[in-house]
Amino acid sequence: MKPASFDYVRAASQEEAVETLARKGEDARIIAGGMSLVPMLNFRLTEPGTLIDISKIADMNYVRAGGEKVEIGASTRQATLERWPELSAKLPLLAAAIPYIGHYQTRARGTVCGSLAHADPSSELPLCLATLGGEVVLRSTDGERVLTAEEFQTGMLSTAKRADEIVAAARYPVARPGHGYAFTEMAQRRGDFAIVALAAVASGTRLRLGVGGVADKPMVHEWDMLEGGALDDALNEFAWDLGGYDDIHATARYRRELVRRLGRRLIEEAKSCRN
Amino acid sequence: MPQLNRDVRHPVSLTLNGKKVQGHAEPRMLLSDFLTHEIGITSCHVGCEHGVCGACTVLIDGNVSRACLTFAVQADGAAVDTAESLADDEGELSALQQAFKKHHGLQCGYCTPGILMSITAYLKEKPKPTEDELRDMLSGHLCRCTGYVGMVRAVLDYCENSGAGAKAE
Repeated sequence: MKPASFDYVRAASQEEAVETLARKGEDARIIAGGMSLVPMLNFRLTEPGTLIDISKIADMNYVRAGGEKVEIGASTRQATLERWPELSAKLPLLAAAIPYIGHYQTRARGTVCGSLAHADPSSELPLCLATLGGEVVLRSTDGERVLTAEEFQTGMLSTAKRADEIVAAARYPVARPGHGYAFTEMAQRRGDFAIVALAAVASGTRLRLGVGGVADKPMVHEWDMLEGGALDDALNEFAWDLGGYDDIHATARYRRELVRRLGRRLIEEAKSCRN
Repeated sequence: MPQLNRDVRHPVSLTLNGKKVQGHAEPRMLLSDFLTHEIGITSCHVGCEHGVCGACTVLIDGNVSRACLTFAVQADGAAVDTAESLADDEGELSALQQAFKKHHGLQCGYCTPGILMSITAYLKEKPKPTEDELRDMLSGHLCRCTGYVGMVRAVLDYCENSGAGAKAE
């Protein structure tokens, strides 16, 4: 399993990366950590003519907390975010979700923005971005666009990013007072792709549940506060509306059951950890 | 900004296990193939070649990395450490390797070099791991012989007797 031939450009700055991408167009791909892209190259599922490496661009390697959002630069490793001292206080949902991403060994290389750009429907970071209502910053020689998570991810491995744009940063909303956050997933092995992944946010009056691994992108539903049987009914409705599928790992029926059962448990957990 | 063209072998220099080495690689050459076929070391084993099995795990500038998901040209100029760095120059096994031997932490040995490098990086960050944390970290490696029990015993023994948990003399 060896990749097809490609030209390799190590970009020294964001400007260089964007200009090279503008010149090479659809034939080029950005590589940062390579944890999703290189397996696809090795399997020859994709054969770009040029790889533009942004992993060494120092000014894209940051985690920056603003008032309402935490911005994460394109070359920032998942492990860097995992070790960020303010993670549990500012982004408790991500503090709960990151240990589920791949393994210790892949988080050491894989980037946050790379996972968003790859847009796997079962991935944890796109699910958290969608559930929290975060944003993706795209940059090209034409300038900058900011898309909401919902606008950005359009389906299975596909996004609204144009071929001449790079994912320059991700913005995750900071935890709000009185809100509780919880994350869980079911996979066949530790670190494997989630069969179903769930993220929940509970405030005093509202509930929000994001589900990955069932539809072709993370799906989020919000309700007024529900309890008991009414909550079970709402989760059942949501589970059916997600339109799950049968595959080698699980049936659609099993996926619905996971949404119902884990969803219930997770919402109770989010309610109980409201600060 | 240099562009390295396809189908051309470009010079790649590494500080491999503390020594400067140089070889040549096309952009598409994986670091695992470069280390094995170009430099000639024998510990960087290739199991799955898509980042799942962990047999090819090495340290790049101290960070644990899958060599099969890294291109050699990406590592140009970096310090790379492989399992060859563990034993001393006379071939005396390191304390971690001896613990693996003592506790049957390996059988066929194919996955072992990658696992040793992961543990080396991990214990620097977390010198006193719980068994659960250790097992979570080991989940990034596939071993089909041992069932992992011997590895867990070996690492805990190492931490107790040689690592951070060792009692001061």
